[in-house]
Amino acid sequence: MAEQDAVDLDRRKFLTVATAVTGAVGVVFAATPFVASWNPSERAQALGAPITVDLSKLELGMMLTYVWRKQPIYIFRRAPETVAKLAAHDAHLKDPKSAESEQPAYAVNEMRARRADVAVLVATCTHLGCLPKQRFEPGDVALGADWPGGFLCPCHGSRFDLAGRVFNGSPASVNLRIPPYSFQDDNTLIIGQDDTTTQGVA
Amino acid sequence: MASNDAASGVAQRVGFRAWLNKRLPVDKFVSEQLLEYYAPKNFNIWYFFGSLALLVLVMQLVSGIFLTMFYKVGDTTAFDSVEFIMREVRFGWLLRYLHTIGASAFFIVVYLHMFRALMYGSYKAPRELLWLFGMFIYLALMAEAFLGYVLPWGNMSYWAAQVIINLFSTIPAIGPGLVEWIRGDYGVADATLNRFFSLHVVAIPLVLLLLVVLHLVALRQTGSNNPDGIEIKENLGPDGKPIDGIPFHPYYTVKDVVGVGFFLTLFAVVVFFVPTFGNLFMEEANFEPANPLSTPDPIAPSWYFTPYYAILRAVPNQRIGALLLLLAVLAFFFLPWLDRSPVKSIRYRGWWFKFFLAEFAVSFLALMYLGLKPATGAYVTAARVFAVGYFSFFVLMPWYTRWDRVKQVPKRVTFHD
Amino acid sequence: MIKIFALALSLFCAPLLLAGESVAEPAAAAANWQDLHAGNEVGNISSLQRGARNFTNYCLGCHSLKYLRWSRLGADLKIPTPLLVANLIPAGAKPADYIQTSLRAEDGVAWFGKEPPDLSLMARARGVDYLYRFLETFYVDPTRATRTNNLALENPAMPAVLSELEGVKAAVYRNVEVVVDGKPTVQKVFDHFTSVAPGQLNQAQYDAFVRDTVNFLDYAGEPAQVARRNLGVWVVLFLLVFTGIAWLMKKEYWKDVH
Repeated sequence: MAEQDAVDLDRRKFLTVATAVTGAVGVVFAATPFVASWNPSERAQALGAPITVDLSKLELGMMLTYVWRKQPIYIFRRAPETVAKLAAHDAHLKDPKSAESEQPAYAVNEMRARRADVAVLVATCTHLGCLPKQRFEPGDVALGADWPGGFLCPCHGSRFDLAGRVFNGSPASVNLRIPPYSFQDDNTLIIGQDDTTTQGVA
Repeated sequence: MASNDAASGVAQRVGFRAWLNKRLPVDKFVSEQLLEYYAPKNFNIWYFFGSLALLVLVMQLVSGIFLTMFYKVGDTTAFDSVEFIMREVRFGWLLRYLHTIGASAFFIVVYLHMFRALMYGSYKAPRELLWLFGMFIYLALMAEAFLGYVLPWGNMSYWAAQVIINLFSTIPAIGPGLVEWIRGDYGVADATLNRFFSLHVVAIPLVLLLLVVLHLVALRQTGSNNPDGIEIKENLGPDGKPIDGIPFHPYYTVKDVVGVGFFLTLFAVVVFFVPTFGNLFMEEANFEPANPLSTPDPIAPSWYFTPYYAILRAVPNQRIGALLLLLAVLAFFFLPWLDRSPVKSIRYRGWWFKFFLAEFAVSFLALMYLGLKPATGAYVTAARVFAVGYFSFFVLMPWYTRWDRVKQVPKRVTFHD
Repeated sequence: MIKIFALALSLFCAPLLLAGESVAEPAAAAANWQDLHAGNEVGNISSLQRGARNFTNYCLGCHSLKYLRWSRLGADLKIPTPLLVANLIPAGAKPADYIQTSLRAEDGVAWFGKEPPDLSLMARARGVDYLYRFLETFYVDPTRATRTNNLALENPAMPAVLSELEGVKAAVYRNVEVVVDGKPTVQKVFDHFTSVAPGQLNQAQYDAFVRDTVNFLDYAGEPAQVARRNLGVWVVLFLLVFTGIAWLMKKEYWKDVH
């Protein structure tokens, strides 16, 4: 009798555990669609589709602001000399090699871009998200004689260079982000797509 | 059982549990409501539907909360937002189907739950208040379903609102003014949709939750009835517990889990394979946007309302038809006092009651079918016949329950291992 | 327990049968046009691709699919974006756009008397069989402005836009004696179609054309339906396993109760 009881209790425990585990797995499966529904919808993705930018009218020192996936993107033309001089102030930067910041693989270089002459940056200060203002003129009065040109964030004073790298002494700790982009041809920039072999929506 | 390690673990738990229980009667609640609550051991399949109703309520709340995150109320945006949910929100189609089919499932479960009460006399003393709370839940549920149906702003949504609100115009003197007040406009419009949204998402769910709590507290107070209609608390064993009772936990928690599994299986078959269920759970006409200039043909409410709709249409006079519709629903409220039988369960009742309950069930189902059909010719005649059948169950009850030759009710419940 | 399960399942299946599963039917132009069924399979990708092509060529001129995006169509129908852009998407529209028609609403009203309706949900609102019958039963009617009429939808504002493919046909009626209000009268009842002029396709080809197009509209009504059914198989299987284990657990505990 006792043996039969012991067997029964073991079987009881096993079945209870089996039911509980299966039920728990079921609950996780059931929760998945609810959690997934919060992901960006097809509409958000469509509105976040890559955008095409015409660069033919973009002159030296000019900057365009586009919106991609709800973020402001700065696109501007840099002079080759400026790009060459970027390394000179590496000592004043928190992350000159862009080890900590967010950018595509092709932007982990001195100029933080695919091409030296066209810069593409996400215009959101990495401190608390304000829009940095352009200060392209070197030796700007307010920023000091050795200011090489770049951006000043009006909210808390973070400063970035013409490759979006953050200067020492800024409240921001990370370089400006760079979105995925590619060149369809010399004068056509596509923001939001890394390669142009398949056209259209990412 | 307790090793040194376990001792410190158990001690911690006891510590936290002691802290918690000093501030909130958690252990007392679990013990009283689950471990020491004795339910009759002879529950049969008809006793699953209460816990299933609770399950469906929770499912409707969760799916409804998520739908509200994506739905855009407004006469120009609602229909589009439902298609946005169906097509562009990840798993939005599943959220929508869960909620729409959940509504129909709710009524299937509730009707079966109510029928159990009719069979076993669960509405009789001392459970009259339990029954009344249940009836109020039924009313709130019907309101909730109607309000929810309007929200997609399809053509059937619009015209359902139009027809049902117009029913109120039959109320003498205040009718027409009342109708305009309900609508908030001269016709069913954006104002109507907006207030229906608020009622459906906030007001009625709160009322429903309150009523469900009251329903469960009333049940706890009297204890459950059972298929034999025997009061198990009248037969206590030497330990002070009912001889024919078993603790709710683990026996009925474990049994209800099986019921849940079986129900969810059937539910999933519908949701994933036949969500429109032959035009019954989702009507074709509602896939077209609301059009004030075109009434759907045929027009009918959802299947769970059609018995009352059939009664309404059976009468050629609008005012009397509306009154009969109201009486058909209210009749249920009077059951505990119409029933004069000394015996609760159909198992020990005589042939009169068995006949009338059977003909009531047949009438209800027949009226449900007829309400889906056009109101012409033989359909109307049949609806009149079955309406008489429906009402006679209630109206004649004081007499046939007294005449009935009842059987001896045993002391112990019928239970087979 | 098993008996109840079987009973519930069979009661359950009744509306499934009532729902009327479509069965593939050969050639149209039958006298019993009400018995025509679309017989389409939404899982058939090549049929859907042909249907999308048909829709773009013959329907998009007047009808929009405003809840469906080109990119979604491309993804579901396995059409790569370059092909989509080159062959289906009209000039000026982007892949992420909703499928819009170039016909302006006011022009639709002026030319046809009413705006051609959006077709995104037409298959769900009327059923695929109705759509199939609609496209199969246009016939010559000189009394109307469009010179055609239709058996499935009387006096449609839509002209017989597929007549270059189907050809032109006339309706032939027969006299039937009917008793109306106690008096015997003669009524004209549709008997069969006769061909007036041939089209580019023969009957079987035209039926396939219509089937593909209706199939595409079926897909457009609910793009998630194939995924829904596929997921459903796993969900139901899981629930059956769970219920089985739970039932074994219940039986074990209830051995206590006598």
